[in-house]
Parts: sequence; structure tokens; C-alpha cells
Amino acid sequence: MCGLKQSHTYVLEEKMASYNTNEFRSGLKIMLDDNPYNIIENEFVKLGKGQAFNRVKVRNLKTGQVIDKTFKSGEKVRAADIMDTDMQYLYSDGEYWHFMDQATYEQVQADKMAVGDQAQWLKEQAICKVILWNGSPIGIEPPNFVNLTVTETEPGVRGDTAQGGVKPATLETGATVRVPLFIEIGDLLKIDTRTSEYVSRAKDK
Amino acid sequence: MSWRPDASIGMLHMRAAWLKQIRTFFDARNVLEVETPILAPTTVTDPHIDSLKCRFRHRDYYLQTSPEFHMKRLLAAGSGPIYQISRVLRDDGPGRLHNPEFTLLEWYRPGFDQARLMQEIYELLARLCEPESANWDQNIAVISYRDLFGKYTDIDPLEEDMTAFLAWCDSSDHECPIDTTDSWDTALNWALSIVIQPQMKGLCFVKDYPADQAALAKVSTEDPRISRRFELYADGIEIANGFEELTDAKEQRRHFERDNRQRRLYGQEPIAIDEQFLAALEHGIPDTSGVALGLDRLLLWSSDVKSIRRTMTFGWQE
Repeated sequence: MCGLKQSHTYVLEEKMASYNTNEFRSGLKIMLDDNPYNIIENEFVKLGKGQAFNRVKVRNLKTGQVIDKTFKSGEKVRAADIMDTDMQYLYSDGEYWHFMDQATYEQVQADKMAVGDQAQWLKEQAICKVILWNGSPIGIEPPNFVNLTVTETEPGVRGDTAQGGVKPATLETGATVRVPLFIEIGDLLKIDTRTSEYVSRAKDK
Repeated sequence: MSWRPDASIGMLHMRAAWLKQIRTFFDARNVLEVETPILAPTTVTDPHIDSLKCRFRHRDYYLQTSPEFHMKRLLAAGSGPIYQISRVLRDDGPGRLHNPEFTLLEWYRPGFDQARLMQEIYELLARLCEPESANWDQNIAVISYRDLFGKYTDIDPLEEDMTAFLAWCDSSDHECPIDTTDSWDTALNWALSIVIQPQMKGLCFVKDYPADQAALAKVSTEDPRISRRFELYADGIEIANGFEELTDAKEQRRHFERDNRQRRLYGQEPIAIDEQFLAALEHGIPDTSGVALGLDRLLLWSSDVKSIRRTMTFGWQE
């Protein structure tokens, strides 16, 4: 099964080594100046009696930087070998974060550049999306919501739930979020990792 | 299963009202409505316009990208002023402003110069847009192609200077795909469509196009670098393209041959020259100004929908 899947991927790569601009669509992964980019927006631009262009907005998958670019329509652009894979976060050794593909038991290690700020949401055994470029991790997407325990915060203020006041709280992974005043050390919180915002108290891990 | 039309019911009514208005407008001016073939054995040679090809009885035919050649044959036959609301097809896009199949309003006015035709376009637009559109503006600006470039760039489109063009690209914020292997025409088209058009506001006629960009237009007698071609833009959207029509058959043949040389150079298939059209020019057509106006785009602009497909009952389907 694994072998079949791999050879199938290989054939796809061979066939899709480059894209013509008329294949452009959002989500397509392309190579520009030796860096992998994701097409966010693509617009076909042409005057009635002139050369056609594709105006695109692309995101550098390594740095997150978004740039505008135009191509002459009909140009060919190299495809980027990008795979999004769901993997389990195992542990960090201080230098690398280790992930495992639960289907193949294959492990990869992501460096600080790839993990970036997402490190603050990584809890062991969580299933994350790992973005692989030529087989190596270049980005991590944690689950949209994670449940994390408060390790440090000012003492809670009882009966103050209606006030809507907030205070900082440090979570088990080291992240700091703003929480309501009634939250105490040891509480389990549901956090939205996309906005770094407290959602609610959570019941179980 | 999505079966619903792309146009709202309101848009269907607006479109139908426009078609009625257009017919009333031209009827009152004694311009004759005509219909010409969509499927024909020849097509345009312009390297930047790709025609869709199809087979009929084992022979190649083309779906027409514009009714121009057929309509000029009617002019040569003595039709007098004519107009057509015509479905045309082009092998490009799709996109926010591009549908492979769209509607052109095309008309020809023997005896009109471009200024008089621009005036008539204005009068038609006032009739169509004024009652409904918040975008309607009483004043249509007129600017030359050269002044338009002067307003937004440091480029003089009439002086082919690629070094200056690339220097300007470097100094601007725009990431530019143009290099020294590109034609001047391609460089100008990039600057216009990527840099200038997004900044253009309101209704605007652009006139005096470079002669190289007007294969079917008369060249100015005062300055051979410019042609009697104009375009209409609405908030930067290209709406209409018109000329004082080239009537010289020999000159026209040279343009077709040049197009085909360029096609071979770009690895495109050359297109058999439309000899019937050239024979009609040879026979003689009156001095005429003509214009093609994208009806769907004008509807888009007047109604503030975001994509051209919203002006069509059923837009392009993948």
C-alpha cells in the first residue's frame, strides 16, 4: 500500500514538473527564485489587442511574505513539490521539533525557522499539519483549537464574571494569552490558535 | 447540483431593457441592424487574439472573435450605417473581466471621423447608464495615449526605448516580467494593464494609439507614429475600441502578413488571410469609423456587480 502510494506520487511529480499560467489557480504551489510559493489570488488580465498577463498574489511558504507578481500568459513556471501531511507532534529537543506520520511511522524534524511562533501551541501528541517541501518540513499548522492548562496567572477574582476584565495567563506550552479575571492556575482553557484568543474553559484534555 | 443562473432576475431585466434601448437608439438614427456568421472558414490574424477552432464536414472553421470583417463586407456592398449585437468567442481567460463567450455591440458609421463617433458613443452611454447607474458621469475625459502614459509613468510610448522602460520599472514598486527580449508593444501593454488601468477613474476616452497597435486603423496624416484608434475606459475597465477604419487593401494585406510572421515567431499557427475581406476592400468601402463595445462589461460597470459572469444568464462553466 505504502509503496503504491509513493510511486503514484512520483509519477504525479514527473508529470507536473511545471505549470503553464493558464493552469494557475489559488492553492497552486510554484517555485520562484528557488523558493516555494503558494498562489493566493490569480487574475487573468488582457487588453483586447494586447499581450495577456496573469496578475498573482503569492505567499512565500518559508517566510510567509506575500508579494504581487505578473507573468506573461503562456509562460511556464516550475511546480513546487509541496505536501501537506497530518502528523503527530512528539517532542522538542530544544533545537528540533519532532513529528511522526501515524500511517507510516515515518518521523521528520522541523527547525525553528519552520515552526516559528507556532511552537507556543504545540502540545505533545497533538495532530498538526506539517508542510513538507521536497520531503522536509518548512511550516507547521497546529489544530485551530487546542486545550491548554494555565501554569501562571494572578489570583482569580470571584464573582467578577460580568465585569469583562482581562489579565494575562501563561499556559503549559509557554504561550501567553489574555483571559477573564476568574481564571485560575490549573484551569484548562480552549484557545483559538489562529487568533491567539481565549475561547472558553474546557472540560477535558 | 448548482443549476441557478449567474445573473440575478434584476440583471435579466436590465439587460433586456438595454437591448431595447440600443435598438431604439440606432433605429432613430437610421442605422440598420444586421446579423453575420459566427462560424466561418477564416478569422483574425492578430497574434494576441486566439480563435476557437472547430470541425465541420472534415474542414476547420473558426468561431468569430468579432463581426468586423463580415460587417465591412456589408459596407463595401453599400449597406450604409450598420450595427450588430453579436455573440463572439475568444480562446482566453476566463477571469473577473473575461468570459470566453461574450456580447459585442459593434457599429459602423460611414462619413464619421473618430470625434463624431466618440460623441455618438457618449450619447448612447447616457441613454443606457444615466437612468440606473450611480457611476454615470456627465463628463467623459479625453486623453491621448501618450499623455496617459505621461500622467502615470515616465515612459514616452512613441519613443521605443527599452533601456528607459526597464529603468522606470526598477524605480517603480512594480515587479515587472518585461525584459529586453520582449517587444515594445508587450512592454507598453504591461504598463497599461498592470500599472495604469488600476489607477484610472471615471469614464475616459484614450485616443491616438501608437500605429503599431492599430492594425485595422488609419494612420494619422500629421504624425505617422500615431493612429486614429481610440478606446473607452470606465474606472480602468476596457469597454470599447474604435477606429477610423483602414480602407486600403494593400496596406491591410501587409498588416495580415506581418501578423502571421509574428505568429510563426511565437510558435503560433498562422491564419489563412481572409481574401474575401480583402476583395471587399479592393472593391472599396466608404471612409468609415467603427467601434466594438463590450456590452457585458458596460453592464458590470453600471450595476456594480463584481464579476462579468454576474451580467450573463450563465457564465463560463469549467
